[in-house]
Amino acid sequence: MRARVLVVDDDPALAEMLGIVLRSEGFLPSFVADGERALGAFREARPDIVLLDLMLPGMSGIDVCRAIRSESGIPIVMLTAKSDTVDVVLGLESGADDYVVKPFKPKELVARMRARLRRGEDVTPELLTIGPNGNQITIDVPAHTVSRDGEEVKLTPLEFDLLVALARKPRQVFTREVLLEQVWGYRHAADTRLVNVHVQRLRAKIEPDPERPEIILTVRGVGYKAGTG
Amino acid sequence: MSTWLRAQYRYLRQRPLVRALRRTVGERVVLAWVTGRRAWRRSLQLRMVVITLLVSGVLVGAFGVVVASMITEGLVNAKVTSAREQVSQGAKTMGQQLDAIKDPLDVRTSIPGVLARLSANTEGASVAIISDDEDTSTPSPPQASVNNAQTVDAIPHSLRGYVSGARTGGTGVVAHQFITADLGDGDEPYLVYGSPVTVSNDQFELYYFFPLNTEQQAADLVRTTVVATGVALVVLLAALAALTTRLVVQPVRTAARTAQRLSAGLLDQRMEVRGEDDLALLAASFNQMAENLQRQIIRLEEMSRLQRRFTSDVSHELRTPLTTVRMAADLIYAERDEFDPAMARSAELLHAELDRFEELLTDLLEISRFDAGFAVLDAEPTDVGPIVESVTERLSPLAQRCGVRIDLNVPAAPVIAEVDPRRVERVLRNLVGNAVEHAEARPIVVTLHADEVAVAITVRDHGIGLNTGEEKLVFNRFWRADPSRARQTGGTGLGLSIALEDARLHGGWLEAWGAPGRGAQFRLTLPLRAGDRLTSSPLRLIPPDADSVRARLALTAGPAAGDPSPTVVPSVALPPSADYLPTDFAIDYVAGGYLVVDPAVGDQKPAGPSPRDGAVGPLADSAPGQRHPGDRAGLARGSHHA
Repeated sequence: MRARVLVVDDDPALAEMLGIVLRSEGFLPSFVADGERALGAFREARPDIVLLDLMLPGMSGIDVCRAIRSESGIPIVMLTAKSDTVDVVLGLESGADDYVVKPFKPKELVARMRARLRRGEDVTPELLTIGPNGNQITIDVPAHTVSRDGEEVKLTPLEFDLLVALARKPRQVFTREVLLEQVWGYRHAADTRLVNVHVQRLRAKIEPDPERPEIILTVRGVGYKAGTG
Repeated sequence: MSTWLRAQYRYLRQRPLVRALRRTVGERVVLAWVTGRRAWRRSLQLRMVVITLLVSGVLVGAFGVVVASMITEGLVNAKVTSAREQVSQGAKTMGQQLDAIKDPLDVRTSIPGVLARLSANTEGASVAIISDDEDTSTPSPPQASVNNAQTVDAIPHSLRGYVSGARTGGTGVVAHQFITADLGDGDEPYLVYGSPVTVSNDQFELYYFFPLNTEQQAADLVRTTVVATGVALVVLLAALAALTTRLVVQPVRTAARTAQRLSAGLLDQRMEVRGEDDLALLAASFNQMAENLQRQIIRLEEMSRLQRRFTSDVSHELRTPLTTVRMAADLIYAERDEFDPAMARSAELLHAELDRFEELLTDLLEISRFDAGFAVLDAEPTDVGPIVESVTERLSPLAQRCGVRIDLNVPAAPVIAEVDPRRVERVLRNLVGNAVEHAEARPIVVTLHADEVAVAITVRDHGIGLNTGEEKLVFNRFWRADPSRARQTGGTGLGLSIALEDARLHGGWLEAWGAPGRGAQFRLTLPLRAGDRLTSSPLRLIPPDADSVRARLALTAGPAAGDPSPTVVPSVALPPSADYLPTDFAIDYVAGGYLVVDPAVGDQKPAGPSPRDGAVGPLADSAPGQRHPGDRAGLARGSHHA
């Protein structure tokens, strides 16, 4: 099945070029050029992945990202011209899963998109439990659900993958680089801010007190690990 | 005041000299001395007041002494003159009365009568008559109750000597003397005036005791007045000095305070302008200066803001079309096999140059971000070892192409430092890439070492090295050691400049050492805790094998090289003073180190033992604890990339 891609970008030349590249790579692209119409186009097109330019006329890319994220957990890859920490972190915090900095290579973009779309291949029944006693969360891997005290916690696929990666090997410390490779599919260490921001987002959803995390612990100077009873 | 003194004392106690004097007598003296000296040095007002006090004190004092003594002298002279008249008058009266007595026997008996008469005419003075014949005295009673014997006894012998003629040799003279005597009213000052009186054959001595109470009181009054006036005058002058100095010092202090506030960033601080005098001019000029400064700063801030905005806009505006071009070029490049040769080559060139263009754009934007002060440090506790390893690993394909082996010397234990991993990685990528490019196919050694406060990474190559003075130039933008050299890595020429800015942003140092034919070494030193100030580096900037390289070169250069014993270069750089930029310091130091290089050796082109003949190998291999990239990452990798 060909994956549907929604491209939100105001530059017609870039959009057209993206279309050419994406079609040649087997995607089904649709386009929207301004932020205000982006949400409507998203509902209409029901894409599998969104490519989102951060600087848009009308509604800013950050707001579009938040709006989409409030409705759906589908992968969002930001296209940004700025690699400044503020811009990148702001974009990631508003819900984007990954980002590519302009000017990107077409291969790089496609690799990032495929990494985000490659999922659901795991069908072996697997039930994971992490967290200290009395504060445990249960992960049903094939069903893609996470629950605490019988209540389901809504996670985006990326957050889910991150949690599963940590939960499969409790007590093992994962460096940010290893997580980037396992969860995002980067072969070479890219930007560890991706990991930091997503861990923060994950904690905000599953930790009773995100300021004092008990389920995903920081190992100073090294990385993260899952807390256990 | 007492709290201030206590504070001073605490301050003193911190100093070793004074600590030694603690609980000794000297403590207070030292304290007072130091306190006084500090106050003297610091307060113009105090200096002015003290100087005025001293000078006016001396002047007024001298003036008072002169005035007082002149007045006293005048009083005494007047008294002596009037006394002389009275005495001569008394002597004459006495002579006339005694002359009138015919019978010489009666002369003696009539003395008391004469005395009484003389006494009646004196105003408060006591009178005594002494007959030298019998050495008996018949003093008159003074007006108050009198002790005769006391009056006569009070006459000094020396005076009597003159008046009786015993001292002058026969005839007596009129003489006087100041004495202090007790004539019944306690000790009081007197002027004793004596005159010889000769009646027929009898010799008498007539003495007057003039009390000097009045004169004494007058003199005392004068002295008191002079002293009081003098003290008042001096105090007044000091107060005046304090006041006038204050008038001048106050605006200066206000100006100083305002200037401090201005420099602290409160740009709208102004001085109050009062009147039209010099101080008003000072205030007005100061305000004008502040005004201009403020305008300039605001203008610069505005420019900087615009620059940042511009940087950001250019970044976006330039990158979007570049992305389109890049994608189009990649598409064409992928299809190049189907083009004719000229078209295919064009596609290749387009593709390659776009890479360069992109790198240049990225570096330029990065530099302009630093220039605009927009770069922020995103520090987090990071293990530096893996960064070093991943950088060398990523550069190993390039190293293999260049035939360069990269040796890693990284401690097994994690080296956790609060750094921005992306920036550190970029710095290392630049340093290692640079080293690979200039290594001349000889091994590179990357060393990581940390102490309690800092972490240092050195990148050592054994290539052509740097010429004198080039350690500074390498960090210049677009600088190239040898413009004719073919570029292999296609660097933008901004890499080391950006690396230097990255190091500075961490509060760290990036320094270079190099010598012709002896290779080069770059050292990055970063504080373990973000924001700490560096004082020293855990690793030497000048590599320990610099001398052995030199010795080896001396051997290959033959006897002409001369002195075979390498001169020892100081091993540890002194911590740079706060005013020094660390880079400049290191360069100066290194430049100093150049003085020991034997020019005969230094100028030799490395005779070039090939990288594989083992001449270089032992140097690198001898370093303890070396490992190769990927060892820690558990990746299988040959020990030689070349």
